[in-house]
Amino acid sequence: MTEPSTAPEAVKKVSAPPPAAIDHGHDDHGHEAHDPIHAANPHLAHHFDTPQQQFDAGKLGIWLFLLTEVLFFAGLFCAYTVYRAMHPEVFVYAHYFLDTKLGALNTCVLLISSLTAAWAVRNAQLAEKRALMLNIVITIACACTFMCVKYVEYSHKFHDGLLPGKNFQPKEQIWELKSFRDRHPEAAEYAEKLSKLDEKKAAPAAPAAAGKAEPAKVEKLERPTEEELEPLLAAGLVGPRSLDPSAHISRPRMAHVFFGIYFFMTGLHGFHVLIGIGIWIWMLVKASKNQFGANYFGPVDFTALYWHLVDLIWIYLFPLLYLIH
Amino acid sequence: MASPTTTADAAIPQTKGADDNYLTHDKGFASWAFTLDHKRIGVMYLASVLTAFALGGVFALLIRTELWSPGKTIMEHDTYNQCFTLHGAIMVFLVIIPGIPAALGNIILPLQLGAKDVAFPKLNLASYYLWIIGCLCMLGSLVTNAADTGWTFYAPYSTTTQTNVIPAAFGAFILGFSSIFTGLNFIVTIHKLRPPGMTFFRMPLFVWALYSTALIQVLATPVIGITLLMLIVERVFGLGIFDPGLGGDPVLFQHFFWFYSHPAVYIMIVPGFGVVSEIIPVFSRKRLFGYQFIAISSLAIAFLGFLVWGHHMFVSGQSVLAGTIFSAITFLIAIPTAIKIFNWVSTMYKGRIHLDTPMLYALAFLWVFTIGGLTGVFLAVMGVDIHLHDTYFVVAHFHYVMMGGAITAFLGGLHYWFPKAFGKMYNEKTGQIGALIVFVGLNLTFFPQFILGSRGMPRRYYNYLPEFQGLHQLSTIGAFTLGIGFLITAISLGRALKNGKKAPNNPWGGVTLEWTTVSPPPYYNFQTPPPVTAGPYDGYEDLVYDEAIGGYVARVTGGSAPALGK
Repeated sequence: MTEPSTAPEAVKKVSAPPPAAIDHGHDDHGHEAHDPIHAANPHLAHHFDTPQQQFDAGKLGIWLFLLTEVLFFAGLFCAYTVYRAMHPEVFVYAHYFLDTKLGALNTCVLLISSLTAAWAVRNAQLAEKRALMLNIVITIACACTFMCVKYVEYSHKFHDGLLPGKNFQPKEQIWELKSFRDRHPEAAEYAEKLSKLDEKKAAPAAPAAAGKAEPAKVEKLERPTEEELEPLLAAGLVGPRSLDPSAHISRPRMAHVFFGIYFFMTGLHGFHVLIGIGIWIWMLVKASKNQFGANYFGPVDFTALYWHLVDLIWIYLFPLLYLIH
Repeated sequence: MASPTTTADAAIPQTKGADDNYLTHDKGFASWAFTLDHKRIGVMYLASVLTAFALGGVFALLIRTELWSPGKTIMEHDTYNQCFTLHGAIMVFLVIIPGIPAALGNIILPLQLGAKDVAFPKLNLASYYLWIIGCLCMLGSLVTNAADTGWTFYAPYSTTTQTNVIPAAFGAFILGFSSIFTGLNFIVTIHKLRPPGMTFFRMPLFVWALYSTALIQVLATPVIGITLLMLIVERVFGLGIFDPGLGGDPVLFQHFFWFYSHPAVYIMIVPGFGVVSEIIPVFSRKRLFGYQFIAISSLAIAFLGFLVWGHHMFVSGQSVLAGTIFSAITFLIAIPTAIKIFNWVSTMYKGRIHLDTPMLYALAFLWVFTIGGLTGVFLAVMGVDIHLHDTYFVVAHFHYVMMGGAITAFLGGLHYWFPKAFGKMYNEKTGQIGALIVFVGLNLTFFPQFILGSRGMPRRYYNYLPEFQGLHQLSTIGAFTLGIGFLITAISLGRALKNGKKAPNNPWGGVTLEWTTVSPPPYYNFQTPPPVTAGPYDGYEDLVYDEAIGGYVARVTGGSAPALGK
């Protein structure tokens, strides 16, 4: 994506120092300046012999770091897989509450930012200061757009009581959602009917709570048969495991787990975007000081690689969370 | 390892003054706190890890004192639960995992590679400060309402207990990143900063061991990171991933936890293998036997270590088929481990063995690690494990491996490289006495626990039946013996720091690159990368002992050799 193959060539071709070196960058050890390679490359740390060696070390380092990031998220993807396999109906149910359009918008925004990030690497190699800064600014703008959209989505969820874990208390029912009604009108009707049944069930259950045996009987009497549940089954809302008497039939029992996973995954991803914004701003400052050139563009390259990974994770999150059937 | 024909002096850089070394190069608190020098970071790690070790040791003694008699001896049962949790968490996360790689490895790895520093000095410093932050979080749990979950943080107890689990888990999370950064740094250093001529198969085995360790650190640690984060979020928001009460799956936690924590035991022990591989040839005055096999077996252990986590879960309801596979792969790990042991013994065979303190620790390692390793094979047998699971047999097994293996190797390495790192010699006699008492104490503490466990004494229990008391008391006596051994060692090294004799450049006659520079090393280690033309354990015959400086020097060909061997 970042055309890393051009990097070594670029380094070999241009051996002149980058124009206007401002500070000593990585070189905090203050070595003696009689070494011509180090004298010519103010950003070459003292323990590396050549800019090429420093770049290669950084490249290996960032790839290893990305590997740890992948494994870090892998734990969450693994949890997702386990729960989706165990409670598929929860995922079908819950995804209707997510706004696919906003998710798609964010996907586009991140894809554009990945393009500008890759472009920025090329600009850095060629020491094109203006283009580099422009590309970084676009990348940051896209990242900020992403976060704003996420803010809109999150605040909407909070408002609707779609909170993770034990705080889950949705204000809207699934049959009230347009996205669900459009696709499964019959199921929506049934779900609504069943919910009224649920309410009825809840009413006598409250006073009878002291006498333990009775409410169970009442429930049994009013329980819908398998055939009655057919439309809901067809819509994927009822899983084999939700057919237990204590279940709230119009809403899968484990629905809160989905929102836990949703907020955890997108939240952790959003946190990575925020960190990315911070690093891009740092790169912008460095670029404004004209620090990058053929012999020193590693930081932009590594930031772009990190950015691509953040983008890639979203590319997986979007279908896994928003596009469930 | 610098080619036998070049004299050691060729590699010694020209320094500003005779006394200029990394310890005296800069002065003041800030010169240490913001240093990017790998040796200084290593020294800071060493001091911090040893402090944590003392703290963890105090908890160990409290536990053993409490177990002197059935029922209450000195503390309530809740306090006891907190004590063993903190003992485990401190020893695992704060001491053993960073012990050899981050403390000794930081000082020695670049020297053995002939490099000026690790690849990313700032990341190295960041790793140290993450360790400090992680440590403070753990202490935060300790001083408020210490966690009582055991170091394994098993859900759903850890998501529901009233104690302060969050700071402890967050501390372990942070320490994980510290470990990742160290590992990442070492991998890149080994790949990119080797001097000309040093191929992979010319690297010292300590470097190989750190390389294998670093691979595990990088590949396994992120998983515990996300697991602990999930645990924290579960506690705060009631997420429902692990807690069955909320629809979660507690066995999933165990899978996640052991996916890291089994490889993590190799993070703890493989560097120990590296240290022993360095010590044994030097003190046998003989080329290491089976170099490539030892090198590759480290990688094999690292690889297989990822495939065996299920052997911690034989009684968790895991399917028999899965258990069988995990059990079989666990047996396989005995092969590369045995290869190492046999090669070390073969190295000593017909060698001229010098029983200096580091060698005593290496020999102790061979003894205790073999016991620890073989009892691990018992536990890998599914049927036997049903009986031994969660008993003192398991406690004894992993203390033989972790305490007997990792800590013994750490102390051996500390004594081996102490003259190089600090430029001072310790008193050989007190070093040897310390090593012997540690060895005796170790066996006295943990051998009775094998018997306790096989007779059915469950681990982590506060109370026990009177018939177990004799063995428990033996174990407690052993623990205090061990404590005395460590105290003597600490005093011995402390005194050496203060007024030890000046160390020669090569007190033991090592041929790896760190012995070709002065003790303590100058700020830049080596002015030019030392040339490497031979394997890492070639050339013992080219060194002779010089009575006058108390160390080894290159044999002057043609001239008169000062003395014949030590």
